[in-house]
Amino acid sequence: MSNPYIGDLIDAVYVLAVIFFILGLRAMSSPETARRGIVQAGMAMLAAVVVTFLTPGISNWAWIAAGVFVGGGAGFVWARRVQMTAMPQMVAVFNGMGGGAAAAIAAIELLTTLTNSADVGLSLAGAIIGSTSIAGSVIAFLKLQGWMRSKPIVFPAQQGVNVAVLAIGIGFGVTSALTANPIWLGPFFLFVLLYGFLLAIPIGGADMPVIISLFNAMTGIAVALDGFALVNGPLGDAGYAMVVAGTLVGAAGSLLTVLMARAMNRSIGNVLFSAFGAKEEEGTTVAGSLKPIEPSDAAVMMAYAGSVIIAPGYGMAVAQAQGKVKELADLLEQKGVDVKFAIHPVAGRMPGHMNVLLAEAGIAYDKLFDRDEINEQFPQTDVVLVIGANDVVNPAARRQGSALQGMPILDVDKAHNVLVIKRGQGKGFAGIENELFYKDNCHMLYGDAKDVVTKLVSALKSTPG
Amino acid sequence: MTADLWTALLIAILTAFLGYEVISRVPTLLHTPLMSGSNFIHGIVLVGAIVALGLSTNNVERVIGFVAVVMGAMNVTGGYVVTERILTMFDRTKRKSGGAP
Repeated sequence: MSNPYIGDLIDAVYVLAVIFFILGLRAMSSPETARRGIVQAGMAMLAAVVVTFLTPGISNWAWIAAGVFVGGGAGFVWARRVQMTAMPQMVAVFNGMGGGAAAAIAAIELLTTLTNSADVGLSLAGAIIGSTSIAGSVIAFLKLQGWMRSKPIVFPAQQGVNVAVLAIGIGFGVTSALTANPIWLGPFFLFVLLYGFLLAIPIGGADMPVIISLFNAMTGIAVALDGFALVNGPLGDAGYAMVVAGTLVGAAGSLLTVLMARAMNRSIGNVLFSAFGAKEEEGTTVAGSLKPIEPSDAAVMMAYAGSVIIAPGYGMAVAQAQGKVKELADLLEQKGVDVKFAIHPVAGRMPGHMNVLLAEAGIAYDKLFDRDEINEQFPQTDVVLVIGANDVVNPAARRQGSALQGMPILDVDKAHNVLVIKRGQGKGFAGIENELFYKDNCHMLYGDAKDVVTKLVSALKSTPG
Repeated sequence: MTADLWTALLIAILTAFLGYEVISRVPTLLHTPLMSGSNFIHGIVLVGAIVALGLSTNNVERVIGFVAVVMGAMNVTGGYVVTERILTMFDRTKRKSGGAP
């Protein structure tokens, strides 16, 4: 080592970086401190990357510079330009990129240091989890982007095939370690990547919040495993930083995965393996009738209400209606109506998706309420406007024997009046009829969410008072 | 296992408990930035990728290392930029509604 202090400097910066990562996550406990926290974590990350260039023995500068430029540039441009409605698929890709990077690092480890058995095992594990994460994230991206049909893809003996593919992949990995012959790493990566694809194809659109969180956790764990494999080597300090950061993310992702699955009253295993929504439930008949209403009548109903709660779902995101919804909320408030928003945890395609869209439209976050906060308010509410949400407001969830039984829902049916904006008469993701739509206090506004809200806005403008 | 590995395991276990405590305090309002923010944090993989590529001695390793650096850089940059964008939106709406700064 040319300068004995360089190593200490690098270590110190990594330690500081880790501290700021933790503080950054802690700052997210309030929207008022969150931005500052992430900016500090960002500066810490930048410092950690910069000092890494001082690591003794580093060469291949042109390759590194080109890689950072290409990858960083692509990430920057995409993240700057992306529509907030297209956020889930982009986050899925960034997740996958992290997993892919972890898998690639593990590959280099396996190529160069096939000596210490613990390190080989850790690298193999990192490679498997990282590869599954990138392959699965690619599928999640294709489904969310609409380039692949979002309905679950199922085939006979699916679980058996998946397990076999994973087992064969692991077999090749172990063979490469035992024979110290890297030629087996080729089929190893092929099979574990294939396993990632297979794991993700039976996941339907509305289950995406769970699977995206899961891949986030997996990438974190893959990074931590890589870190473990590095702590022995010449890059030990980077290894410890990766262990901490990766484990933090593994914890965050795992917690979100559990929360999302719980919000649907399903186990993670059920989400992963049941191909939920693949088939529609036959023969359920619901008493009552669907009652359409004119936008002008709906507007009057809201204008003379004391309180309105808006419950948005994925339909609002698809139609890009959030801006118009904000206009609607403003108009109602000008008329003295109390307006709140009810957000179900799994509304949309990623955790917290609706909050981001409404914030983008400029709606203050103190008007957004999560399920637990707002459910008791529905019975005292005059009008609930459901925009493109279905299963999360289906009262069938409270009934024994329904496919949705036990799913925590927004109790919108308990309000005095319910207005539902819905594209057509089709069923929700779960494939079952929504009993809400047939209730006496419920009226339907058919059409694209943005068109209907636009009509409501213009009708409201011409309503006196 | 070597002493270093045991140390790393100890660190990982403590971090997992710490992470759970810290993250369970994040409100549902901020679940998207939590996800993209943690996404950004696992971008630390870029550091490992840079070292792995920097120490590569043949072209096979260099190509794999290059791929790792591209993906890691995209992960860390994109994750940061989008998280900051989202949190700025939340910041802005609060000010507009006249709440606490």
